[in-house]
Amino acid sequence: MKADESKCVNCHRCVSLCPTRALKIVKTDHTFKENANWKGEVIQDIYRQAESGGVLLASMGTPKDYPVYWDKMLVNASQVTNPSIDPLREPMETRTYLGQKESVIKRDANGKIITKTAPQLKLEIPIMFSAMSYGSISYNAHKSLALAAQELGIYYNTGEGGLHEDFYQYGKNTIVQVASGRFGVHPGYLNAGAAIEIKMGQGAKPGIGGHLPGSKIGEDISKTRMIPLHSDAISPAPHHDIYSIEDLRQLVFALKEATAYTKPIIVKVAAVHNISAIASGIARSGADIIAIDGFRGGTGAAPARTRDNVGIPIELALASVDERLRQEGIRGNVSLVVGGSIRSSSDVLKAIALGADAVYVATSALIALGCHLCRTCHSGKCNWGIATQNPELVKRLNPEVGSERLVNLITAWNHELKEMMGGMGINSIEALRGNRLMLRGIGLHETELNILGIKHAGA
Amino acid sequence: MKKIYVNEQWCLACHLCEYYCAYANSGLSDMVQALKDKPLHPRIQVEQRGTVSFAVNCRHCSEPLCLKSCIAGAITEKDGLIVIDQDKCVGCYSCIMACPYGALMPSESGVMQKCELCATNSHGLPVCVQGCPNQAIVYEER
Repeated sequence: MKADESKCVNCHRCVSLCPTRALKIVKTDHTFKENANWKGEVIQDIYRQAESGGVLLASMGTPKDYPVYWDKMLVNASQVTNPSIDPLREPMETRTYLGQKESVIKRDANGKIITKTAPQLKLEIPIMFSAMSYGSISYNAHKSLALAAQELGIYYNTGEGGLHEDFYQYGKNTIVQVASGRFGVHPGYLNAGAAIEIKMGQGAKPGIGGHLPGSKIGEDISKTRMIPLHSDAISPAPHHDIYSIEDLRQLVFALKEATAYTKPIIVKVAAVHNISAIASGIARSGADIIAIDGFRGGTGAAPARTRDNVGIPIELALASVDERLRQEGIRGNVSLVVGGSIRSSSDVLKAIALGADAVYVATSALIALGCHLCRTCHSGKCNWGIATQNPELVKRLNPEVGSERLVNLITAWNHELKEMMGGMGINSIEALRGNRLMLRGIGLHETELNILGIKHAGA
Repeated sequence: MKKIYVNEQWCLACHLCEYYCAYANSGLSDMVQALKDKPLHPRIQVEQRGTVSFAVNCRHCSEPLCLKSCIAGAITEKDGLIVIDQDKCVGCYSCIMACPYGALMPSESGVMQKCELCATNSHGLPVCVQGCPNQAIVYEER
């Protein structure tokens, strides 16, 4: 048996399936004459571009060594002066609702409190699967997410590729997305989901659109996206009808009209430099939920330079948005959902303590489905049957297996969340949200602490 | 009774079930020792044509034709499980002729062998099912 190391992408398929663990993948010791400035990767990129004349494509979140602020925040626990709570013996609430909250109590003519609120999304666990389109991921991957969301009482997101007719049955646990390409958008689609998300941007590629090559637009995808067979699916960089908050407001209300004001509207943006001002605008646009995607978020394909250099960390974006909305007194207008590399239950906990209502996870979900982060989704040859449309490969992911693994992952995270919340003496997501006193920074300087709105450990 | 069922929709023709089967019935505790440099004699075999594939093993029929055809009385039924006594088998191949599924085959020693759902080896539960990476083989009541 021979292996061609130039073709190995380190996907671990062979390693995982070998019953005697006889295989391992080792790093080649072949190397360029590197130095601190001209690293091997940089040199290789230049060779690749000199050969192709094209934009370098990349997949999944940026691998660059930027600071991960989740790892620089520590969580509090109760000792002596306040009791911790044992989640196995006492009630612990991880259910939460997303949507506009009433700021004043209103009464009807008879003095009774009006209990009707704006439409809400009910989450049993403050975690949702973020947008991945049918096209960028396979039918079986989508089905795994849908089945898992249904069982967990949470939501998955169609992404911008429309909703396959087989998945309308999971509508109660589906967020349908309207992106700049408007693929697969029709009244039936808008009304099929529990909420509608307007995608303005994506953390992995802020400011640019998307491109699903015609080779991936087979029969099913062409029908779902409502575009001709084998035509390229190009999402423009901007929504051509949105050039201001007022324009956004028009789309928000157009979608509300189309769904008779029964579904919350989410506006998803990438975390960029002036994110707090943008979020303030969105909170005034009539949107119910703001989703912010940090620069470490994943993608099925993005220009490498954009992915690795554009955007800001989600931790800083979240802290500044939550703070800004509170200062302006409009935090209750919207719920905040953050994504962009939420890797564990402690990341979820810290995000909520920083001010999020819930989180979006996608890379973690794909890893649960078998993804080994080989980061070659853009080749369309995913060995795990996730980021591919090749029927032979898609078959490798049995949705029964996939959904069970997803349910296991999120259930495990929920147990851990409860444990850590109990340790802090907190018994509900509502009491944890924005509770920054529960966080302390470690190894952070003054500016970072100020933006995060937390004290340094020991202070 | 729980039996092994296959679902061709999820079979990847990876043949892992064959390796797990041969290992489970080798009597050895180490898979490498059991299989390395030896001809494989699995009791489950993957059939494949084009893009369709599935694993074939004994269906433990309610009216087992192999049992009726056995001239040596080596094949017996106990609580729905069809087992073969290899000490009694004379290697006449009658069962192979009779089985409509091709689920019996000669073993290394020349006498016949068949899937006994790992009930008669040290594993207890079908190892092919546990080892299938895509749940294309399931062990359930139907």
